[in-house]
Amino acid sequence: MATQHSRSVARLMMAPAVVLLLGWMLVPLTMTLYFSFKKYLPLRGGDLGWVGFDNYVRFVTSSSFWPAVQATLVIVGGVLAITVVLGILLALLLDQPMWGQGVVRILVIAPFFVMPTVSALVWKNMFMDPVNGLFAHLWRFFGAEPISWLSEASMPSIVMIVSWQWLPFATLILLTAIQSLDSEQLEAAEMDGAPPLKRFFFIILPHLSRAITIVILIQTIFLLSIFAEIFVTTGGAFGTRTLTYLIYQRVLESQNVGLGSAGGVYAIILANIVAIFLMRIVGKNLDA
Amino acid sequence: MARTVTTPRKLINTAFAWAVGLLIFFPILWTILTSFKTEAQAIASPPIFLNFDWTLENYAVVQERSNYTRFLWNSIIIAGGSTLLGVIVAVPAAWAMAFVPSARTKDILLWMLSTKMLPAVGVLYPIYLLFIQLGLLDSRAGLVVVLMLINLPIIVWMLYTYFREIPGDILEAARMDGATLKEEILYILTPMAVPGIASTVLLNFILAWNEAFWTLNLTAVDAAPLTAFIASYSSPEGLFFAKLSAASTMAIAPILILGWFSQKQLVRGLTFGAVK
Repeated sequence: MATQHSRSVARLMMAPAVVLLLGWMLVPLTMTLYFSFKKYLPLRGGDLGWVGFDNYVRFVTSSSFWPAVQATLVIVGGVLAITVVLGILLALLLDQPMWGQGVVRILVIAPFFVMPTVSALVWKNMFMDPVNGLFAHLWRFFGAEPISWLSEASMPSIVMIVSWQWLPFATLILLTAIQSLDSEQLEAAEMDGAPPLKRFFFIILPHLSRAITIVILIQTIFLLSIFAEIFVTTGGAFGTRTLTYLIYQRVLESQNVGLGSAGGVYAIILANIVAIFLMRIVGKNLDA
Repeated sequence: MARTVTTPRKLINTAFAWAVGLLIFFPILWTILTSFKTEAQAIASPPIFLNFDWTLENYAVVQERSNYTRFLWNSIIIAGGSTLLGVIVAVPAAWAMAFVPSARTKDILLWMLSTKMLPAVGVLYPIYLLFIQLGLLDSRAGLVVVLMLINLPIIVWMLYTYFREIPGDILEAARMDGATLKEEILYILTPMAVPGIASTVLLNFILAWNEAFWTLNLTAVDAAPLTAFIASYSSPEGLFFAKLSAASTMAIAPILILGWFSQKQLVRGLTFGAVK
């Protein structure tokens, strides 16, 4: 098989990618760790010395920490629930025989390709504007008083915008998984008189379980770090300040780098916990 | 295989699926339609759906007032440059892992993926600081490098899965016939790998085009791509629906078209081969 020579050539070919990624990982990570143990205020005195775990304690005891955790959980949980449930239903629907399947699939997938700032801004103004938005028109049509969605119902609004962006991803992956289902198994169940609901819960859903897990893990990693959607719509006001946004504000807006870096370390740990589960599944698949 | 169903059933499926599809697509459709209205028609009550006087005025105004082409050009350079650079770095790495696998190949692949999971906000300040010190803040070169690095794991991974589908026997045969490594890559691998590389380029161009954390935080004026251009419309005084729609349509149109070609790669590229 591979000779000693080809091995060293292979190592040489991998080197640039490995070195670049190693640098990308280690350099900023080390700096974040370093800052997290310092009182560091670039605009108000600069480096004010080592403070031990002070920043870590202050980050979790500040009054904005728990609300941020809550906002993060609501957004991640809400979007996951909506996209997975609707994604399964949509994937089942798109799997049915119909005319113009390709076109419908394109319509459903399109939101994924809209850049986050555009979708946030379009939803914020053209749909959720309390005076001229389409929702306001719709509310008035039914005789209701339009509300200022992004301030009075800020969390549901953001969950809705982000769900719209991620529903295509969930649908597409679940559709791919459904299409790999052995149709003979379903036909056999149908012949044996299993009603549609039973077929769904005992054949389709178990078959989808791995795809669902992957959708949940990958989306969690991306949803934990959504930024532009909040930046453009509420700027973190009205209870929509997530952990990511809180750290961003500490670091760049109030320039409290030490405190923000400690928050960053928490975020990295959190993301890694999710990533470990994802890696296991991906790794197993690599062996197969 | 396609199941045989009765025509009425198919009719119901079709009607229902189209209704749902159009509902999901509606915000995009509405944005495109509004971009051709006058500002007065854009906020008319009740909303006008189709019977308005179509105008291209908004596009002209957006271009004139905010110099759209400059942002477009920045987006093309940043997304294109980072993708191209990423592919140049990733092709040899993926080739080596696919054709000369060692005991550590799997670990290296998984480790590369794990760097993709690093939350950007956790390293925001270090990158910001490095950018200031290296004079890269608000420069296209800086963003090309950062976006290349964040997409590199996906590029390597996608190329790896494509390369693995190339039968190794062909390489063995070529080696038997005395092909050198250079000939092997040039005449055998490249032609077989081009479709996979093209798909990888397509998906990663889209991801880089839409990236909205680093592009918002590391640019100001000179290097701002379309993501930042659109974000600048979020201030309330700039609230003109028709112009906002025209700007949005111009920002997403190129990528919507590319995106439709990349549906299949989307699954492969974003699930790291875990869903087939």
